[in-house]
Amino acid sequence: MFVALLLVLVTLGSVAFHFWSPWWWTEVASNWGNIDGTIVLTFWVTGAVFVAVCLFMAYCVWKFQYDPNRKAEYKPENTKLEWILTIFTAVGVGALLAPGLIVWNKYVTVPEDVVDIEVMGQQWYWNYRLPGEDGILGLTDLRNITDDNPFGINLDDPNGLDDILIQADDLHVLIDQPIKVNLRSIDVLHDFYIPQFRAKMDMVPGVVTYYWFTPIRTGNFDILCMEYCGTGHYAMRGRVLVDELSDYEEWLSEQMTFEEMIASNGKTDLIKLALNKKGE
Amino acid sequence: MRKKQSIFQLLSQKPWEPEQAKLDDLHDGETLNLSKGKLGLRFIMFVSTIFFCLFIVTYSDRMIYADWQQMPEPFMLWFNTLTLFISSSVFIYIQLSAKKNDFDKVKYGLIIIGFLALIFILGQLFVWNQLINLGYYVSTNPANAYFYVFTTLHGIHLLGGLFYWNITLRKVWYPKNVEINKSKHTIELCAIYWHFLLAVWVVLFGLMIFS
Amino acid sequence: MAADSYEDIAVDKGDVIPALEVPPQELYHAKSFWTKWIFCQDAKVIGIQYSITAIAIGLVALVLSWLMRLQLGFPELFPFLGAAEYYQFVTMHGMIMVIYLLTALFLGGFGNYLIPLMVGARDMVFPYVNMVSFWVYFLAVLVLVASFFVPGGPTGAGWTLYPPQAITSGTPGGDGLGIILMLISLSIFVVGFTMGGLNYVITILQARTRGMTLMRMPLTVWGIFTATVLALFAFPALIVSCIMMTLDNLLGTSFFMPAIVEFGEQTEYSGGSPILFQHLFWFFGHPEVYIVALPAFGIVSDLISVHARKNIFGYRMMVWAIVIIGGLSFVVWAHHMYVAGMNPWFGYFFATTTLIIAVPTAIKVYNWVITLWRGNIKLTIPMLFALGFIVTFVNGGITGLFLGNVIVDVPLSDTYFVVAHFHMVMGIAPVLVVFGAIYHWFPLITGRLLHEGMGRFHFWVTFLGSYAIYFPMHYLGFVGVPRRYFEMYDSEFMAVSTNYLNQFITVVALIVGFTQILFLYNIITSSKFGKKADKNPWKACSLEWRTPEVPPTHGNFGKELPVVHRWAYDYSVPGATDDFIPQDIPASQVPNAEVEKT
Repeated sequence: MFVALLLVLVTLGSVAFHFWSPWWWTEVASNWGNIDGTIVLTFWVTGAVFVAVCLFMAYCVWKFQYDPNRKAEYKPENTKLEWILTIFTAVGVGALLAPGLIVWNKYVTVPEDVVDIEVMGQQWYWNYRLPGEDGILGLTDLRNITDDNPFGINLDDPNGLDDILIQADDLHVLIDQPIKVNLRSIDVLHDFYIPQFRAKMDMVPGVVTYYWFTPIRTGNFDILCMEYCGTGHYAMRGRVLVDELSDYEEWLSEQMTFEEMIASNGKTDLIKLALNKKGE
Repeated sequence: MRKKQSIFQLLSQKPWEPEQAKLDDLHDGETLNLSKGKLGLRFIMFVSTIFFCLFIVTYSDRMIYADWQQMPEPFMLWFNTLTLFISSSVFIYIQLSAKKNDFDKVKYGLIIIGFLALIFILGQLFVWNQLINLGYYVSTNPANAYFYVFTTLHGIHLLGGLFYWNITLRKVWYPKNVEINKSKHTIELCAIYWHFLLAVWVVLFGLMIFS
Repeated sequence: MAADSYEDIAVDKGDVIPALEVPPQELYHAKSFWTKWIFCQDAKVIGIQYSITAIAIGLVALVLSWLMRLQLGFPELFPFLGAAEYYQFVTMHGMIMVIYLLTALFLGGFGNYLIPLMVGARDMVFPYVNMVSFWVYFLAVLVLVASFFVPGGPTGAGWTLYPPQAITSGTPGGDGLGIILMLISLSIFVVGFTMGGLNYVITILQARTRGMTLMRMPLTVWGIFTATVLALFAFPALIVSCIMMTLDNLLGTSFFMPAIVEFGEQTEYSGGSPILFQHLFWFFGHPEVYIVALPAFGIVSDLISVHARKNIFGYRMMVWAIVIIGGLSFVVWAHHMYVAGMNPWFGYFFATTTLIIAVPTAIKVYNWVITLWRGNIKLTIPMLFALGFIVTFVNGGITGLFLGNVIVDVPLSDTYFVVAHFHMVMGIAPVLVVFGAIYHWFPLITGRLLHEGMGRFHFWVTFLGSYAIYFPMHYLGFVGVPRRYFEMYDSEFMAVSTNYLNQFITVVALIVGFTQILFLYNIITSSKFGKKADKNPWKACSLEWRTPEVPPTHGNFGKELPVVHRWAYDYSVPGATDDFIPQDIPASQVPNAEVEKT
């Protein structure tokens, strides 16, 4: 009795906790609201199974307690029942998988009208690069990285000169503008994640990974590194600020391009080199 | 009594049914018609096959990256391969002699095997030395790294083989202590392992040459 | 017929088919203290040695988890816990629990003790190799422990040891001996385990007693057998990745190491693929989950059946499910890598295979609970642990459906949801089975029962406590709290109340942790002063309870091996006087027992 009661309590307690706990998703700030949808769907389907199995168990424990004068039923198997349960489970699993794959398909298919930006991770901070006026990110090579060229931009790629380099914690993005983040790391694995945007992807040195999203509300959002990257992992934080157009342009005008940065370091010969390439 | 049956038949038995119980009562408890030793050896070969296969998978994955550079193939490697081939044929000869109970020939054969193994190992070390003199260090290029890893691992397998070879040799040398059948069994296991070593080497060598 | 009188039947061999003319196995005989207790070749002693070593190192990991929890619950209070130490504790806790405790305990401990007894063999087929296997494992544990005492300390790379981070200077122990010892210890473990696995597989295949067909074996043996076969496929991947990473670290090769800039310094590495390591690691790592889970599935099936006095429902389906899960576990590994930067097209494939694996797993759960239906349930401590296992496992299993479904995994991966999920499903659930199994087989091993009151207390605190730890922890994951964070600081996305939840979890974790000390005390005192147990205290059918002496002596079965006449689940057979018929009782001895054709 006592055992059955506790099993029921555990089950119902879990359900109650689910509905009344104050801990739940942050309010979504990107177009990935339908990821939340798939999660809620999964909750209903699996939660029902959990409750059913546990309550059934509790009932059995209560109903079929040991009685020396009674014998248990002898029933090695029941093929029909087993098939019904198998098919029932398979259908449930299919109901979870199909919508999941549809949303995943959306997640990996980048739309045409995105703006490319780059996020570069290193132990233990974030750097950002915007494509500049030409809308194209210059090519990079990790071997180019020096103090004057922290992003390792190829000097023989003219598209790199007008790239806007941001070596600060804060990144501003424009509301309702689809963005493709190109993710790059120069040392170990990192992962660019903003809880309110739901999307994430690892950054792998030697590879450029990506994902896309559209911010749908303004505000300041924490950036977390989600792939363990060494002792300072927990301190690898940043912020994304989603702005309206005017705020965004004001911020953008304060940033430096690669060309301006080299010039401010007095390395104009490098710019000439790059511009010569451009002429060719 | 053991009847041949497919795994599906086996797994669909209903052990609680009286008819099935009658059949099952006659079962002698062995699943396969193999000695424990042979099964054990197969087991070891199976695990090392997976081990080498995984290496080969990573090899082919790593190969497609841009920094891969082909290594030279020292002629000595062909010689070493030949040595292994000869070892294997000597072992076939040993197996045949053991079948005829001609244990003197088995003894000589086993000693030749020992020599050939030694020659092979020295040959491999010689190749290493040659490559190092040419400046192909292990960290210079992944192709080199794989070469050194493959040869080392194969060498370790050979050393393990020599350990068992030593047991075999003792059994043949002091026949009083052991039954003849048992030493025949041991010889057979040792031979199988040697053929396996040859097969592994041929695959690895082929992989490194033809990629 | 009285319940215990099966003992007498076995003596009367009038119409029993005689044992085959099997040449007697040359049994190993211990000559001194050293060969009897230290370098012993008796599988039962080796099993106990494995268990003691595994539990001892597991206690270290338990203490590490307390320290981690203290830091997470009360970040300001413990200044001696720095970030580096925290990450070292996380890493060692995970590695020890998964490999050195659970794998070693289920296969090395329970496998060694139970396989020969349950299949009716005198010992493992290669006892010497078996002995060496334990000592190689012991060496692996020593090397692991040694890494705590080297300069720089043990590795803090996380139990997944992802390069490049694992062998760079930004990680604790990454540029010192810590990571090297870890890789060496793992390689040694794999070698030792392969030796043991050789024994388990061949003993089960070839050394069963007469009449013991594969389909008459208890599910425990099926679970251990399949898990061992999985391990033989999976562990080579671990050793391959360990070898290649050691070379990357020591000799500067670039198998996994791409060109990187380490704190502003260009390195010599170039061109390697960190994702290749992840593929290798998870090709090992995912089957590893089932290497731990399948023996647990098997054992829990037997516990439920024995204590519910009813045959396990759908035995054949249970065997198929074990085999199918084992097979499928090799085609789902990349579901650990959905957001690792691999080709997104893999996502479709691995999400599908992963969710398919839920079907056989769910069938196992259904069969467990259906076994209870119309049973005659004795709420003994092993049964309680089995019930606790089902609740925990179902909970952990359904959260697996979240993480296996690729798009749902995107926001949840690397959050506390993952931590809660795998602790539920492969931490707490198997550990509950371990406890249940210890309470169940303790009378066999020592001839005494564990203390009942302490046992019940232990169960309720462990079950309810660990549920209270890990169930709310999922919700931290929904909030977005990342795992492997030494400290959260003030984060706008987190409500302040999440800190209270963390404190609550820490307090409960400490309580549950200390209860395990009580359990150890129970084991130690009960093995000396516990209540004497009957010969077959649970009235189980399987062969391990049918040895002439309990605890079984060397050679297990006295002069003649038992001959098996029925499957391991003849509980409550209609017409039979007792509610169980042991496996070695021939049909002629239980004349009225009739089994209907299904």
